Amino acid sequence: MGAGTSRMRGDTISTEGTPMRALRDTGSAILPLRLDSAGFAIDGKPLLSTLTLSIAPGRRLIVMGANGAGKSLFLRLCHGLIEPTSGRRFWADGSTRPDAQAMVFQRPVLLRRSVAANLDYPLKLRGMSRGARRDAVATTLQRFGLEPLADRPARLLSGGEQQRLALARAWAMRPEVLFLDEPCSALDPSATRIIEKMIESFAAEGITIVMTTHDLGQARRLAQDVAFLHRGRLIEHGPAAPFFAGPQAPEARAFLAGDLIW
Amino acid sequence: MDGPFGIALGLITSADAALMQIIGLSLRVTLTAVLIACVLGLPLGAGLALARFPGRAAVIVMFNALMGLPPVVAGLLVYLLLSRSGPFGDLGLLFTPTAMVIAQTLLILPIVISLTRSVVEDLWVEYREQLRSLGAGRLRAVPTLLWDGRVSLLTGVLAGFGRASAEVGAVLIVGGNIAGHTRTMTTAITLETARGSLGLAVALGIILMALTLTLNALAWGAGQWARGRLG
Repeated sequence: MGAGTSRMRGDTISTEGTPMRALRDTGSAILPLRLDSAGFAIDGKPLLSTLTLSIAPGRRLIVMGANGAGKSLFLRLCHGLIEPTSGRRFWADGSTRPDAQAMVFQRPVLLRRSVAANLDYPLKLRGMSRGARRDAVATTLQRFGLEPLADRPARLLSGGEQQRLALARAWAMRPEVLFLDEPCSALDPSATRIIEKMIESFAAEGITIVMTTHDLGQARRLAQDVAFLHRGRLIEHGPAAPFFAGPQAPEARAFLAGDLIW
Repeated sequence: MDGPFGIALGLITSADAALMQIIGLSLRVTLTAVLIACVLGLPLGAGLALARFPGRAAVIVMFNALMGLPPVVAGLLVYLLLSRSGPFGDLGLLFTPTAMVIAQTLLILPIVISLTRSVVEDLWVEYREQLRSLGAGRLRAVPTLLWDGRVSLLTGVLAGFGRASAEVGAVLIVGGNIAGHTRTMTTAITLETARGSLGLAVALGIILMALTLTLNALAWGAGQWARGRLG
């Protein structure tokens, strides 16, 4: 593929209004994603409250917080798997759920078919022609060293290989922004390293990363920005370095110190 | 070699023409019914698994109950529909293989629908978020879930085949057990036994058992193979 490394790092807001599904080289059409006091409640019980933030293109945002803080829900809200029950969510292109985004789950669901067929599936959903799909699948297999596994049933891969395939599948969808929900929490250290390398290479291609993790070391390695959630509220959001050096909110300080804050 | 078993073996080994004709018709009727029930039942069952509408629970309970529909009642129902004074009497289908196919489809359809619904509903719980994320809505999820549930669904289809090939009530009522025309293995066994001509009855019984055994062995093998191959 050889997409440019940092060609589109930084501000690409000027391309707002270009047609959706712009290729990564032409900049982001759908970002920034803005939440305007967005909340999510089930049966009147608020699980996310008054979230207001803007997700800028070309950054790696790590979402942190204790278990139950609403990290996964936050990703689902951004990705469009759930709709805000209060407040609003705006994509820069004005659409409600743009195509140029993807999500990788903690335990990805792979279809009961071959590795190559798993890569092909979402492209088919997007109405890509057979020929274009064949090329895209071949490119993706090659890009991630999955060629030897192409015909293997996806469900029989190891946990690490499955997550690699899930990331490759997400990448093949040409996302401008990729949401990752604890992608390494079920993996051993070496598989985790591989996944982190993949995420870094995605970011280097200009794909915006929004990822949750409860692994502080991983957060430090990957974060450019940090969003800290506590009981469904956004407590802190900003560049990673100052956050790790000394967060403003006492909850965040306690979290980093490993204290129980729930 | 004069006992019923001896006669039966003789009929089977000599591939007796009447015997073969009966087996052929039985398979044709039942396989056609299974095919139609699958074409209708797989999408309907999957749709029932994913759709949310008022009265859905009642529909599910109804199909579950219909799995136990007595074959004679299914036969009676189709008889009433197809008899000369019935709504479809003009078609002249009563006492034809087509009428038997209709009656057996009626018997198999609830099995296929109910089992498909159950399989697809379970898969949907697991797949739902991922499929939505990949861009598949409910409607587009149907073929995906059917394909990914194919191994479990095969069991349901075989259960349907088993039910149809074993039943006698429905085909007897709407087919009429006319020799060379609508006589199936089960109706022939009933008739031949009543007439005391046990040789043919036993031969057909053996064939029927062998058929069921073979199919189940194949299904089990396919399931094992798929589990190892597909995960």
